Parts: sequence; structure tokens; C-alpha cells
Amino acid sequence: MSDSRAAVSMRGVTKRFPGVIANDRVDLELLEGEIHTLLGENGAGKSTLMNVLTGIYLPDEGSISVAGKPVRFNSPKDAIALGIGMVHQHFKLVQSHTVTENIVLGLAGGFQPVRLSEAEGRVAELSERYGVKVDPGAHVWELSIGEQQRVEILKILFRGAKILLLDEPTAVLTPQEADELFVTLRSMREKGHSIVFISHKLDEVMAISDRITVLRGGKNVGTVQTSATSPRALSNLMVGREIQFQTYPRPEMKGESILEVKGVSAEGDRGLPALKDVSFEVASGEILGFAGVAGNGQEELAQVVTGLKAISSGSITVDGRPMAGASAKDFIDAGVSYVPADRHGVATVGDMSLTHNSVLRRYREEKFGQGPLLNLVAASKYADRLIEEFDIKTPGRETAVRTLSGGNLQKVILAREMTTRHRLLVVMSATHGLDVGATEFVRETLNHHREEGAAIVLISEDLEELLSLSDRIAVLFHGEIMGIVDAAQAEIETLGLMMAGERQSEAVA
Amino acid sequence: MPLRLEMRLERSRRLEYLVPVLSVLLALAVSGLLLLMTGTNPLTAYGEMFSEAFGTSYGFAEVLVKATPLILCGLGVMLAFKMLFWNIGAEGQLHMGAWGATAVVMTGWDGSPWLMVPAMVVAGMICGAIWALIPAFLKVQLNCNEIITTLLLNYVAILWVAHFIYGPWKDPESFGFPMTKQFPDGAQLLRFGDSRVHLGLVFALLAAVVLYFLQEKSRWGFEIAVTGNNPTAAEYAGMNSRRNILLVMAISGGLAGLAGMSEIAGIQLKLLKDISPHAAPYGYTAIIIAWLARRNPWGVVLVSVLMGGLYVGGETVQITMKLPVNFVLIIQALILFFVLGGDILSRYKLVYRREAPIGG
Ligand SMILES: Nc1ncnc2c1ncn2[C@@H]1O[C@H](COP(=O)(O)OP(=O)(O)OP(=O)(O)O)[C@@H](O)[C@H]1O
Ligand SMILES: [Mg+2]
Repeated sequence: MSDSRAAVSMRGVTKRFPGVIANDRVDLELLEGEIHTLLGENGAGKSTLMNVLTGIYLPDEGSISVAGKPVRFNSPKDAIALGIGMVHQHFKLVQSHTVTENIVLGLAGGFQPVRLSEAEGRVAELSERYGVKVDPGAHVWELSIGEQQRVEILKILFRGAKILLLDEPTAVLTPQEADELFVTLRSMREKGHSIVFISHKLDEVMAISDRITVLRGGKNVGTVQTSATSPRALSNLMVGREIQFQTYPRPEMKGESILEVKGVSAEGDRGLPALKDVSFEVASGEILGFAGVAGNGQEELAQVVTGLKAISSGSITVDGRPMAGASAKDFIDAGVSYVPADRHGVATVGDMSLTHNSVLRRYREEKFGQGPLLNLVAASKYADRLIEEFDIKTPGRETAVRTLSGGNLQKVILAREMTTRHRLLVVMSATHGLDVGATEFVRETLNHHREEGAAIVLISEDLEELLSLSDRIAVLFHGEIMGIVDAAQAEIETLGLMMAGERQSEAVA
Repeated sequence: MPLRLEMRLERSRRLEYLVPVLSVLLALAVSGLLLLMTGTNPLTAYGEMFSEAFGTSYGFAEVLVKATPLILCGLGVMLAFKMLFWNIGAEGQLHMGAWGATAVVMTGWDGSPWLMVPAMVVAGMICGAIWALIPAFLKVQLNCNEIITTLLLNYVAILWVAHFIYGPWKDPESFGFPMTKQFPDGAQLLRFGDSRVHLGLVFALLAAVVLYFLQEKSRWGFEIAVTGNNPTAAEYAGMNSRRNILLVMAISGGLAGLAGMSEIAGIQLKLLKDISPHAAPYGYTAIIIAWLARRNPWGVVLVSVLMGGLYVGGETVQITMKLPVNFVLIIQALILFFVLGGDILSRYKLVYRREAPIGG
């Protein structure tokens, strides 16, 4: 691609926040018709750099030029006017509107009316041309996360974007959805679009990108041709050392049964049945993995075993104690920890400090206060400990967690839920958005908890992660358990068939 | 449209405090223009208002008298706002508090002040709390919009009080005026020196201290803060939001009820129609105070004293410069208008541009 022209070039871009330099004199050149990956540890400054390129942040120093002309963006609208659009780490769609309505939302400046039928036609045409499958008339709340992401992509294509910035798009996708996304990205590249892709998954990065730029501590530490590098060389650049995923020896250490779920059914938020007659047990010292395509009842399962959703039939016991009618607080008191998938909406309070967030589910404990009083000194010490142990990158414990990078926010949640003595740990998408080093650390910690005798429910779409950590794997499909298999004997193909709705016996046969 | 609003990603802490100050200044500037149009020199008017309210010991004592119910109602409203419960019913809760305290007096019981006053305090707070619990209960059970229920209950409370002072509790010797007999000495609040400043001010300051500790130092205050910022996270943390809404409203209404009690037992010395100034009722001014005070109890005390100054200064210029009663109301309304506008601007920025942007 050496003959290509630069679609965008950023020179010496610096962006400071109170207490951190998120981008430190970064140079970045994006060529026409290339897929360019940004790689780096959590907090390295990837999202910030992209936010500068879309006009969300004004850089403190440096310059940007688009197609050779220097530009200055004051808002995302300026950037989109020049054909630069971004799909963020978390989406910004109006749930109650249709796909087309979301796409045209905010488009017609002033009061000129938008012809929806016309727009719908164009959306359908775009979705055809780029192979982005989504029903233009569907309501957003009906869509899976993967489909919502496609809406975001269509939204920027609809605005005529030539340059697409995708911030960790695959973190929320199933492997199949990710493959479909890659097909789309390649077809965009063929049509001359330039794409910046952010991901922590090195195999994906190697497979999809033409060139890779590595950020470390806000600085560009190198841009390389993908064909001339290797995952090893990349992790060296990223963290200055090599990271290797261990496989964990898994001595049988099952103790007494801790979580027992019998014949549980529950409704989803839309009043439709989300869990149907689900039964399983998790013992002390055991990790039970839950596989399945997103939206097949995983969220509801996690809520049911943490007391956040009422069940319509069946029974749940924790440590032999029946939890019928128990509140979320009762579950916490029974020693249940929970890492939900939704970091911003559920698991943290964005405007409150890291200290406050670190005791979010634990502020009732004796060590954090006496009687009605909250001991903020103890909470601060605890927050410092979490920052240290989990290597959370933040200017300090008083920082509002809203400003943390995606991965560092996830570390806050994991740290809080995993630094406690619990009987049962329910973890959803534990390593989403974590860099390789942090991922490894979290896996180690999970394994450590297992050895300490906790029962762990691990819900994930990452089959490899499930296979490497779990003792057994259950597969959810349309709210039902298709079967539970021994992880040591499980085969990816069998699991895949079960995820598509075949029952265990049929799948094995 | 060349003008448009855009979300700010970097929220500024300085704006948070600048907005209330600027909005007060802007409100004064705009009311100044209105004064100019009526042929009054605004600087003279403001000067007179200020020196009367804060320059004389009599004036300042009167400022504290006005600040007393404002602090109590303002603290209550602020606490409810903190949990995103939009209680605009402090006025009604204040009236019910005054009614409850009067009910104790009307039993004819003539106990010592050591028993009488506490009984009135408790009765006033309970009545205010009950009045606030009605909308809280409707919200928790039926998800009724509290803005409407709290507002409408204000009118019910005012009519409820009117019913008693026109009817069963009316003083036969009042020459037809709708009011009760003057309270016996034992049912009056202690006054300080020869000013009208009364024990209610001590209640108000105590309430600020208690709320400060609840908010900043207690586990319950943590629950309120979390719920107000992210209700889903509160649920996740095992907090009982329904119970907390009821508790918060009981306290909120109790404080407004205490304001009503102390106003009639400390100032009016009888139950009558205009417990709170007609032009700018305390319960509504409390909403402005809660908004200006940025969720901070000490902020409520400070802003209430300033608002008290506006009342006292307003009364002065009403007499000396013949300005209309509604003048104070206009300033208050403008302040609220500018704070709300300012709050939008601290979250969004106004962008002006003539044509599509291309750099340079
Ligand atoms: N709005 C903000 N205010 C203050 N600090 C911020 C803000 N946004 C980002 N930061 C800080 O800038 C640094 C870089 O953050 P950024 O989100 O760019 O990281 P990232 O490389 O995208 O990480 P991740 O892989 O975890 O998503 C972090 O230390 C973060 O705390
Ligand atoms: Mg990021």
C-alpha cells in the first residue's frame, strides 16, 4: 500500500486530562483503503486519540489534516462533515426508536422534515451494499448487541463517512458476529474506505489489519506492517515483555454444592420468557462456564442467581439456604459477588469517585464503618489497595470513574468483586476490553478463587476462555440449557452445535 | 440553524459553582433593566435593599427570621432532589406542619413549655411527613409522577388550613378575620433578645448539621447519593430504593412541617391564612434555594440568608421607593430561570457557526 495517499494524518497530537497525559505527541497516518489497528494496554490512550480525531476532544497540541488539508474540529459534526465517523465502545442509540429513525436522528438541521420512507430505502440499500444485515424497520430494543453495532455503522455510512473509527467493536460480539463484521470491513476497504480498528485480541488484529500502531503510555511506540510482525513482537512493544497465556492444571477439587438451581423460569424485561426450566449445581472449588450466543438468557441467568430478578417458578439455594423471595442484599449477605456485563449502566456510578465505587456493594460491611456511619478512611485505603493490586491506571482514588478508560473501569469492578471472601462469584464477560496482561491476571485470579473454594459461574461468549478456565460448560439457547459437558472433553464443534439449539445427546451423536 | 447545543464531554467543576453566582448577578441585571423602564434607578434600589438587610442589626435580625423557614424547607427539598425525587410540595408540607402544631394547642392542654413546644414540634413534623409520604407512596406503589402530586397537594393543604381557621378554630373575637386565638405563652417559641429571631433558627441550623453528617458520613447518605446518580447501580448494590424514597420524603416533609410549626409558634403566634408570604411563598422559594445550593447543606444555609435579604430588602423598597410587591418574585423567578439555563450550558455548549466547517 506504499503508493496510497494519506486519508488522515495526525501530527504531534497531545491531549492532557487532570493528572494524566492521555496522548503524548502522537503521530498517526491513516492511508486510503487500509485497515489500521491501534493497539495498547488499558489506558494507553487509544480511545482518546480517536475522540480527538472525531472532534469530541480538542487536542491541546498538534495538528490534523484530512486528505492533505489541515483541519480543526470543534465537534463530531465537523468531523462527519469531512467523512470521519466513529463507533464508540458503548452505543448511543435510542432504544424505543426504529433503526431508520436512529440513523436519521439529528441529521436534518433545523426544521426541515425527514422523509422516513425514503431514508428507509437508502438504509436498506447501504445495508445490502456493505453486507451489514439489519432490518431498517426494527426497533432498537429488539436488536442484539451485534445488530445494534451494525446500526451504528450504518449511521455513519449514511452520513457519507469515508473514514470509520471502530473502538473495540469485537469486544461485544460473538465469534460469528465478529467474522461477519470482518467481511463488512474488508468490503469497505475494497470500496476505498479507511478504517481504524481497536482491539485487544491479537489474533484478530493479525487477521484483519494492514498496519498496526502501538501506543504505550500515550506515546506512539511504533507503526508496523502486519505482514512484518508477530503477536510476540507486538506484546513486547505494548508492555515491554512477553505475555503468555497459561493453561491451568485443574486438579479435581469439587467440594460441597454451593449454588443449586432447580427448574427455574423467569421473564425478561420485555415480559417474554427468558429462562425456561433451568437446573444446575455449582460446587465449591468449581468453575461452571456458560456458553451461548448473546441474548439467550445469560443476563437473566446472572440476575436470577444474584437476586436482581424474581423467578416465576423453581427454586434457588445458596449454601443450602433457600433464596425464595430474597433481595439482592440477601444474596450479597450470603456471600454472592457479581460482575455484570454492563459497566456503565449497572456496575458503577460514573460521577462518583473510585473510592466510593470500590465499596459500592460492600459499604455495609463492618470494616467500612460502625453502625450507621461509613468509614471513608477505610474505603480510601481499600481503594488504594485495589488500584495497586489490579494495576488500575488512574490519577488517583478521588477521580470520578466516568473518566477511566474502558479497561480500567472493568478492572475497578473486577477488583471490587474479586477482593472479597465469597461463596459464589458470578462473572459475566470478565475480560471484555482488558488488555492481554490484565486478561491473564484476571484468569489467574479466578483460578485462585476456585482453589480457595469459591463456586464460580463464568458467563462468556469467548469459548476459548471458557474452555481454559471451566470445569464444566453449560450451553444456553433460547433460555434453556442444551446440556452440560465436561470442559476437558468438550469439543468446540459440539459446543457450537449446542449453541445453535441442538440438545447435548443429538449434538454428541 | 447557526446556533446549536452540543454535549460537553469534559464537565467543568468551576462552572458548577460559577453558574449559581452568575445567575444571581444576571437576574439582578435584568430586573435592573425592568426597574429602569419604570423610571427607578436600580443601583439606588439595590443599594437600599442591601444596606437595609445587611447593614442594620434590626434588618439582619429580620433576614434571619425569613431565613429560618427557608433553611428548613430548602434542606428538605434538597434532600429529595438529591435522590431525584422532585418534591415541589414543601409549601403544602409547611402548612400541614403549622396545622399539626396548632392542633396540639387547640386541645386546650396547658402544659409547661417544656412539654408543649416539643409536642408541637413532633406534631408539626409528623403532619408534614405524612403529607410528603402521600406522593412518595403513590410514586413507589403506582409510579405516579411526584411533580404533579406534590404540587396539587399544596392546594389541598392550604385549603385544609383555611377550613379550620374559617370554621372550627376561628377566634370568635377576631372581628371576622380568619385566624385562631393567639397561642398561650407556653406554646410560643423562645425569642432572642428583643429581636424576632426565635428558637426555630436553632432548629434550622441543627437540621443542617444533621443532614450534613447523614449525607457525608453515613452509609444511608451513600445510598442516597448512589440512587440519585444511578438507580440501577443502587439496585445492583442491594439498596432498597423504595424504602429510601419513603424515608427521604418523610424527612423532607418533616423539615418543611417544622418550618411551618416554628413560623407560627415563633412569629405569627396563631394559625392564620398567610403563614408564608403571599408574593413568594417559602415552600416555593425553597426550590430555588435547593437548586442554587448544589446539594450542599451549608449551601442551603448561605443561600437562604441571601434570599432572606431579598425578602427584607424587597419589603423596604416597597415602602420607601413604592416598588410593587411582585418585585421580589420577579427577581426570584429570574434567578431560577438563569440557574436552570446555566445548568444546561454547563452540560452542553452553545456553538455558533455560519456555514459548514472546514479547517484553516
Ligand atoms: N474525560 C476524561 N477525563 C479525564 N481523564 C480521562 C478522560 N478520558 C480518558 N482519560 C484518561 O486518559 C487515559 C487514556 O484513556 P483512554 O480511554 O484513551 O485509554 P484506552 O487506550 O482507550 O484504554 P482501554 O483499552 O482501557 O479502553 C486514561 O488514563 C484515562 O483515565
Ligand atoms: Mg478505550
